[in-house]
Amino acid sequence: MGLLSDPHCRRALSRLVVRLNTPLCVLSYVAGLGWFLAMALPPLAPRTYMSENAMGSTMVEEQFPHGERALAYARDFAAQKKKAGGIPVAWLEKTMWGLGLEVYKQPFARTLPFPDESRERYMVKGTNVYGILRAPRAASTESLVLSVPCSEGTQNSQAVGLMLALAAYFRGQIYWAKDIIFLVNEHDLLGMEAWLEAYHDVNVTEMQSSGTLGRAGAIQAAVALELSSDVVTSFDVAVEGLNGQLPNLDLVNLFHAFCQKNGLLCTIQGKLQRSDWDTLPAYAHSLQTLLLMVLKQGSGRPQGDHGLFLRYHIEAITVRGINSFRQYKYDMTTVGKTLEGMFRKLNNLLERLHQSYFFYLLPSLSRFVSIGVYMPAFGFLILVLVLKISLLGGGPRPGPRGLHALDLWMQLNKCEAASAERLWDGDQGAAHAVAEEPRPGLLALVPPLLVCHAAGLALYLLPVLGQRVATQHFPVSEAEAVVLTLIAIYVAGMALPHSAHRALPGGGSDRGWMTLKLLALLYLAAQLSCAALLNFSLGFLLAATMVPAAAAVRPTGPRLVLAALLVLSTPAVTLLLGIFLHRELEERPAGLAEGWQLFLQALAEGLLQHHLYGALPFPFLALLTYPCWLLLWNVLCWK
Amino acid sequence: MAAPLVLVVLVAVTLRAALYRSSLAAFISERVEVASPLSAWKRVVEGLALLDLGVSPYSGAIFHETPLIIYLFHFLIEYAELVFMVSASGNLWSFSLVQFKKQKLLIELDKYAPDVAELIRTPMEMHYIPLKVALFYLLNPYTVMSCVAKSTCAINNTVIAFFILATIKGSAFLSAVFLALATYQSLYPVTLFAPALLYLLQRQFIPIKPKSKSFWLYTMQYAALYLCSLVVIICLSFFLLNSWDFIPSVYGFILSVPDLTPNIGLFWYFFAEMFEHFSLFFVCVFQINVFFYTIPLAVKLKEHPVFFMFVQLAIISIFKSYPTVGDVALYMAFLPVWSHLYRFLRNIFILSCVLIVCSLLFPVLWHLWIYAGSANSNFYYAITLTFNIGQILLISDYFYAFLRREYYLTHGLHLTRQDGTEAMLVLK
Repeated sequence: MGLLSDPHCRRALSRLVVRLNTPLCVLSYVAGLGWFLAMALPPLAPRTYMSENAMGSTMVEEQFPHGERALAYARDFAAQKKKAGGIPVAWLEKTMWGLGLEVYKQPFARTLPFPDESRERYMVKGTNVYGILRAPRAASTESLVLSVPCSEGTQNSQAVGLMLALAAYFRGQIYWAKDIIFLVNEHDLLGMEAWLEAYHDVNVTEMQSSGTLGRAGAIQAAVALELSSDVVTSFDVAVEGLNGQLPNLDLVNLFHAFCQKNGLLCTIQGKLQRSDWDTLPAYAHSLQTLLLMVLKQGSGRPQGDHGLFLRYHIEAITVRGINSFRQYKYDMTTVGKTLEGMFRKLNNLLERLHQSYFFYLLPSLSRFVSIGVYMPAFGFLILVLVLKISLLGGGPRPGPRGLHALDLWMQLNKCEAASAERLWDGDQGAAHAVAEEPRPGLLALVPPLLVCHAAGLALYLLPVLGQRVATQHFPVSEAEAVVLTLIAIYVAGMALPHSAHRALPGGGSDRGWMTLKLLALLYLAAQLSCAALLNFSLGFLLAATMVPAAAAVRPTGPRLVLAALLVLSTPAVTLLLGIFLHRELEERPAGLAEGWQLFLQALAEGLLQHHLYGALPFPFLALLTYPCWLLLWNVLCWK
Repeated sequence: MAAPLVLVVLVAVTLRAALYRSSLAAFISERVEVASPLSAWKRVVEGLALLDLGVSPYSGAIFHETPLIIYLFHFLIEYAELVFMVSASGNLWSFSLVQFKKQKLLIELDKYAPDVAELIRTPMEMHYIPLKVALFYLLNPYTVMSCVAKSTCAINNTVIAFFILATIKGSAFLSAVFLALATYQSLYPVTLFAPALLYLLQRQFIPIKPKSKSFWLYTMQYAALYLCSLVVIICLSFFLLNSWDFIPSVYGFILSVPDLTPNIGLFWYFFAEMFEHFSLFFVCVFQINVFFYTIPLAVKLKEHPVFFMFVQLAIISIFKSYPTVGDVALYMAFLPVWSHLYRFLRNIFILSCVLIVCSLLFPVLWHLWIYAGSANSNFYYAITLTFNIGQILLISDYFYAFLRREYYLTHGLHLTRQDGTEAMLVLK
């Protein structure tokens, strides 16, 4: 309180902020990035540990014997699938029934807003089949899910086979206290969405599916399995769900613990953990893993079929069997034992997984960075904006032309402006005369605000609404039309009449752009803070790219450099760079043309994810970040 | 003056009507920031249903509104939206009639230091204050949300607005009646008794001295009026329902804070975390906050009852047991009245940013806690705490600015130290 009420203290503080503004901003930005890079180091990333007592101390002995049977089921399933030309519903029903499960099927249909070219689907019809193993020791109040996607071609047959073999084995055991649902979903995420909506009896997307279904109590946890070979060399785990939501860390710990127990190699982001921690290559390795996680989480796209469970408050991970050129291979029995162990431990749960972290980043499977450690990195970046705001909003700046960036509130009370500064003891230094300028008023800010938000709204609505018109007038397919309209509107936004304010009295003045910049910075800081809470990676990536340009932008000085900086910081360029970085980190760098193709795909994907599953990055970028960026562009074009 | 006011009303009514029809209305009325257990429309509907069945509405543990409100809506349920619109407009009407006169200023002009002319408000500025107040109240997003959610808080606000109007117009009788109604509605406005009395005394030119006979006479008169109307209203409620059930159900509920649904106040988290046998003591400690500041404020601000009223309203909305954004909007409507204090405010910019960012973070953290299940109550309470600290700092900023202005008015704008250099005021 002393700092806020004691004028001497205040003056010293405001002088410090004003004098050292640029160095402080640079320092804060560098500190933010430096903190992020340091997060891969052991002191900031402690070892993971199991918090949940019900899963930690109890031991289970896995006895799954049916490795060969799993392969037989897999061959059968593959043959039946080939014969049926899709999911062999009848065969699955018969087999599951034979194993003693309660079997249900769920047909669903969904017309996409525009054709999905990468997966070649538009009007989708499919069927999910699932069997419920009723727990002998409880009254069907809780359940676990093992889900397997039934995808195109011969993919994933082994996963279905293993699932059926596990079901056969689980059926004979007496210790189950939670029902287990064995689910085969068609059309990957679409089927999963349809099933989850029907199971919880809600309809949040335009999915059409049959209503009544057999249920098995509240789902506590889910594992999605993907397996396409008879033997595996390692397991990869995907954690990032829709909108960057993550499952409880205990579930990941559980997977890691059982992989270690059975001697399986396990990876995250396709990266095997190194045994050493204190060498430079090891640091680079964990930083790569961390960056990959940030990129994937920031995209807001589910990285596996588990991604949609998280929205329903169900902890879930996707486990992928990988068969690479390593020497040690593991057969189905070992894989089955690992899954059996996980399910038995989950069966021991007394309440929902809640003990461990929900906000974390993983530089490797055995180390994690918690929210308290990663938030400062973002905080330092936002501090740059706050420092700039306080400069614009708080005190005088000895600019090259004796420019005064006045307190916004003083500008609004013009009659008091002259004497106010003397009394407003925060900056008695500003007592000398104010250069008299015509006052822009708040009216000058209205056109830029309206224009920018209208552009954002157009960007959000027009691509999908206008696809018919576009395909009639241009020789493009519908999917192409959507993506190209998106890019066209995005670029056109920069050419909008950003000088409309000049028609108003007092427009084009220094105070005008400062007020606009103040507003834009506040807007940016507020929306990035909200985004970082919901999806840290998205907020951090946007902050890391947009903050320097936002802080530096002004209509005077080297405008070309500033314009280039601003264009480089726009969300679309961030996405493009993110794609290149992603491929680089996965050690299969993309060329320019390939990168561009991936970029177009990512745009279409982003729109589809929003319309199909309600993913938020696209509306967030189109309706909030893009208009905010346009406001900054406006500041640049003020004169 | 009339034309812009009509325009403001039209805009405000259109906005509310559009929101009532949109899908947002259901979303807003579910928000804990907007609807408290006391004022939620859902609970009023529940109470009405019980009443229609011939059961006492207080027999369940859901309904906590006063009997008068339930009978009001018993007859007007079809026009509920209209009632809330009218209550908003009624608010506006009363605010616009309030002229916030400062006769004192003119009377004592000769006492002021010679160079403070610029500190005294011109009639021109005064002229626009009602319009600004109307704008601030009717277009404040907090008020709009509270109205769209049909929170009965809007009706409480209207009663308080009428009370302020009656007080400022100098009608002791109406002022006492509306104060009694406001107290009856939500209990806490009882603390507004002191500023109202001070204002009325000032208006009658009665000196505030414990020895003066007329002072005590007038005080007794006003207190008697207030108590009589309160008794009448409470008896009326008794005869309407034929039981005293509403006393524990409304006032007991307000004072003992049994419902710990999260809201923007300070109570819920503490009492959710606390061991049961300490809670009585801490309820007393927390509740006393609302009443505690009245006496020192009355001593310090006895010459400025309108400002006192503003500060007291803010204190109520911060420290009451089930606050909503509607309560915050009520005292925020007064901010334009003190526009002449802007130059003395130190942190208004920072504090408004804090309040705006907190308002944005409320739904985000609620989503993370309740829907995503990844955050927990600590996250939400952290924002609640920041929001309330922001409000407290805002009020103390205004209070300090007010005191400084008074000081400058009597001592002149350019203070000098003993050695002739320019001095400045420091709050220690």
